[in-house]
Order: sequence, then structure tokens, then C-alpha cells
Amino acid sequence: MNCIVCMTSVPDTASVIKVGGDGKGIDESGIKWIVSPYDEYALEEALQITEAKGGEVTVVTYGPDLAEAALRDCLARGAHQAVHILGGEATLGDSFTIAKVLAAAIKDREYDLVLCGFKGVGTDCGQVGQMLAELLDLPHIVNVLELEVGDGSLTAGRDVEGGREKVESPLPSLVTCQKGLNEPRYAALKGIMAAKKKPVEKIEVASLGVDEGSGGFYKVEKLELPPAKATGTIIQGEDDAAAAAAELVKLLREDAKAI
Amino acid sequence: MAGILVFVEQRNSEVRKASLQALSEAKRQGAVVSAVLPGSGIGEAAAGLGAWGADKIYVADDPNLELYSSDGYAEVVVKAVEQAQPSAIFFAGTAMGRDLAPTVAARLGVGAIPDAVGLALDGEKFSAHRPVYSGKAIATVDTAGKTPQVVSLRPNVFAADEAGGAGEVVALDGLSLSIRAVVKELLEAAGGELDVAEADVIVSGGRGIKGPENFALIKSLADALGGAVGASRAAVDAGWIEHSHQVGQTGKVVSPSLYIAAGISGAIQHLAGMSSSKVIVAINKDSDAPIFKVADYGIVGDLFDVIPPMVDAINAL
Repeated sequence: MNCIVCMTSVPDTASVIKVGGDGKGIDESGIKWIVSPYDEYALEEALQITEAKGGEVTVVTYGPDLAEAALRDCLARGAHQAVHILGGEATLGDSFTIAKVLAAAIKDREYDLVLCGFKGVGTDCGQVGQMLAELLDLPHIVNVLELEVGDGSLTAGRDVEGGREKVESPLPSLVTCQKGLNEPRYAALKGIMAAKKKPVEKIEVASLGVDEGSGGFYKVEKLELPPAKATGTIIQGEDDAAAAAAELVKLLREDAKAI
Repeated sequence: MAGILVFVEQRNSEVRKASLQALSEAKRQGAVVSAVLPGSGIGEAAAGLGAWGADKIYVADDPNLELYSSDGYAEVVVKAVEQAQPSAIFFAGTAMGRDLAPTVAARLGVGAIPDAVGLALDGEKFSAHRPVYSGKAIATVDTAGKTPQVVSLRPNVFAADEAGGAGEVVALDGLSLSIRAVVKELLEAAGGELDVAEADVIVSGGRGIKGPENFALIKSLADALGGAVGASRAAVDAGWIEHSHQVGQTGKVVSPSLYIAAGISGAIQHLAGMSSSKVIVAINKDSDAPIFKVADYGIVGDLFDVIPPMVDAINAL
């Protein structure tokens, strides 16, 4: 059972976001880059599947040089090999171009299952998995919270509004992973040492035949910080909670017209 | 502009509110609006869409479409696109819409804009506002000139306005449904519990509620307001309530009319999930809690003392 995990490195979720000089991207100074948190669930699931059934986990990333740290982190956690497609500075958030690049790098490999995070934290698109599945002609299931991989097929559970869908799909398939699927492991010292010897295949994006510069399919015209919010009406309720509660309900009714 | 095709979602033949919001927004953009509705036994639901602004309603009524599938529903939408030739396709950004929009886009050979919270039209070109970095920044984006422009709209951000009128229902035939990933069953949440992603009012509890049993207090306020129960990551990670209730970066992103955060300090990860709510109320003992910075109204006080009289005051309205 060979698994391919698509991983993207993203700014640490605790980062303070500032707009960069071009007004279209973030100021990257001082940003720490990490494995996108949902990709950790994808990697963990792939590791558990191959530990139980044999086979190898290949992690694929598309990103600039700085993405190598996150790739090494995946190897340290137990991935067998890694593929680094160099590029991606100009395609941030352009899910379809990213999916095309990943598809070109994955299509000739041997795999039974492709796993992605349900979204890349930051661009918050949640689209690459579905698009990649289409380009690889695979069935897909997104937002997976439960996964059972059998011989030739899988069953998965995913939450939708007010319920849970149980989905069955033949292999090979593509799944995108949601928080709750598993508890991702951290890299142990032994793994970190071993990762240094594991192979990282480097591919120049130009060699994949995907035109990175065709104008793309998603263009960021402007990036701004959200407008500062006006100060709210805060009631001191430590001494007389009942009076504060009554005042709040009155405000919500008459001022905000929210109830 | 040329037309907008809106994908309309139904469950048990009932059209989702978020889809009506998408239809209304398409109408507000001044477009010729058509709708596409897949499902089984949905004739009545289809006919009703005319009142929401759809001039033409493409219907795929097939037992194999009773439950959602990415493959089946994508095939239906692509078929409708061939007939309607729209310059844009709107989806409600529900679980279904967020799966289907990029699937359809890839089949059409174009990209997609997810999670729009604002739309502006310049000639034939849409630009969309969407939160990125968990709402820490807002991006203005477009499809770089590619059409059809596929956009999903964040639920509860755009108003649903009945437009009046009657649409023409067109049956989509000649479908050759090939469904690979099959939804075997849909387990509805116990007691028809309202999901935070769909609720117009949400009352959320965090670490400050001290234990799982106290979600009953949160629920009493939610019930009084006809709303849903939400939770912070701290409460979910402590095992006090299921993850499906979690609001935030690693939970659900919500935009209700009223969001009440009780005993939630307001970590960035939580704010990311609820800061686009229309009215935000914070109840917290700590007057320095970051949640007060985004709150429109708040009470500095003990939620255990504040919520019961709030429930009484609401019930007395």
C-alpha cells in the first residue's frame, strides 16, 4: 500500500501577519515555516496505513527552497522519501496551477492512496485535493474524519452540516484529511538523524511542462489587514450580574436588533 | 453581463438557505440567473426557485442523485454549464459546495475562488474579497481573466431576498452518471441538532465553563435564542463536547447574525472562526480577555451568574 502525501509549508499559525511591500502578499520577515497542520493528519494517516499494511510513504511538496525544512520534518516523522518541486512563489493560492504541478509530478508514480490536508493554512482555499483528484482521474473524499483502508477499496466518514456521511470508494483514491482523524506524531531524535540520510528528489517546476507563468487561474490583486473594529459596549457585571444581563438583552433587542 | 449559474443544494428536497443567499446575490449582480438542482424527487423544490430569481432551473431528478456524490453532482453541473454557457458559476460555501466547486472547476479547466465574503463586478469580471490567514488579512482576488468564473460564497454573509417571478424548469437529460466514491448513508445528528455552520445564532462555551456538564447552561441560552451550541478548541480538546461544535481555525468558520462567546478568552485561532459574525457578544470574567476587542457588546462578569438571568430576560421578551 503506497501512499503519496501532498504537503505544503505555511507560516506558523501563531504568526503576526503583516502586508508586504507589494501590497499583494505578506511580509515574510521573521515568519517561521511549518508543515501545514492539516497535512500533518494526512502524513500520520499514511504512516499508520503503511505500518499496518507495508508499502512506502512519499511526501511531495511544491514550494521554494525554504520548504525543505518542512519536508525534512516529514521524513523525520517516518516518511520514506520526499519529492521537492522547486517553485511556487508566484502561484500562492492558485489551487488549479498547484494541482497541475502536483499531478505532473505524481502521475507516473506507483500509489494506492493520495492524501492531502483539507486545506493549506493561510491561503485557506481547500481546493487542491479535489482538483488534483480530477487531474489524476481519481475519486476523492474531502474532510475525512474516519478512514478504513481495505483491499481495493476504502470507507471514510466525513462531517457535513448536521450529520456525517459514510463514503465508500475504490482504490486508488484521494482523500483530504480533517482534524480528528488521528493524533499526529512528533519527530523523535532518532527520526531526525535518520531523515538526514533519506533521499529528497529535487524537480525544477519548468521540467514538468506546466506553464507556471501563463497568468494562472487565481490572481491576488490586493492584500489588506481587516479594518479595526470600533470599541464595543462593555458592561461591568461583577457586582450585579442580573442587572448587567437585563441591560445586555435590552441592548441586543433595541440597539443591535439582533434578538 | 452574461449569465450566472447557481448550484442549488437540497437535503430531503428542502433547499438550503445558503443556496438561496447565493441565488439572491447573483440576482443583485444584475445577471440573468439560472439554477442547477440535482437530487431525487425534487420537482417541487425546483419550481420554487423561480421566486428566488432563477429564470431557468436545470433539474437532474434521479434516484442515484438522492445522496450527494462529487462525481454525480459535478457531472450534473457540467451538463448545465454546457447548456447555460454562464460567465460565472456560484456555489454556497457549505460542505457540499466547497467540495463541488473545485471539482467542477477542474473539469471545466479553470480555477475557483473559495469563501467569498464580498463581490464586485466590473464589466464581466468579478473580484472577490475573501479572508486569508484565518481572517488576519483580507485578499481581493479574481480568476485572472479565465471563465467561467467559479466562486463559492460564505454562508450567512449575503442576504436572501425573495425576488418574485417564475422560472422555467428544464430537465437535464442524457446524463451518464458514473459515481466512484459513493455516499452509503447520511447519519443525521441526534435530535435534529442545529449545526453551528447553519445557525443564525450561536452561543459558544470555552474553558471558562469549567466542565462538560456546564454545556447545559450554554444550551439553555442557545435554546432561548433558537440558536446552536458552539465551543472553543480548549473545550473540544478537553473532551467536553464533540469536534463538530468547534468554531475556529481548526473547526468551523461561521458568520451568524449573533455570536455569543461565554468563557472564551478569544485566542487568534478562535477569532478566525467567528470574527465575521454580524454582532459579537462576550461574557468573560477577565476584562483583559482579547475577546472583548472584537466584541460589539460584552459583560465583564461570571458567566454562571450572567447567563441564567439572560435566559429569563429573553424569555420575558
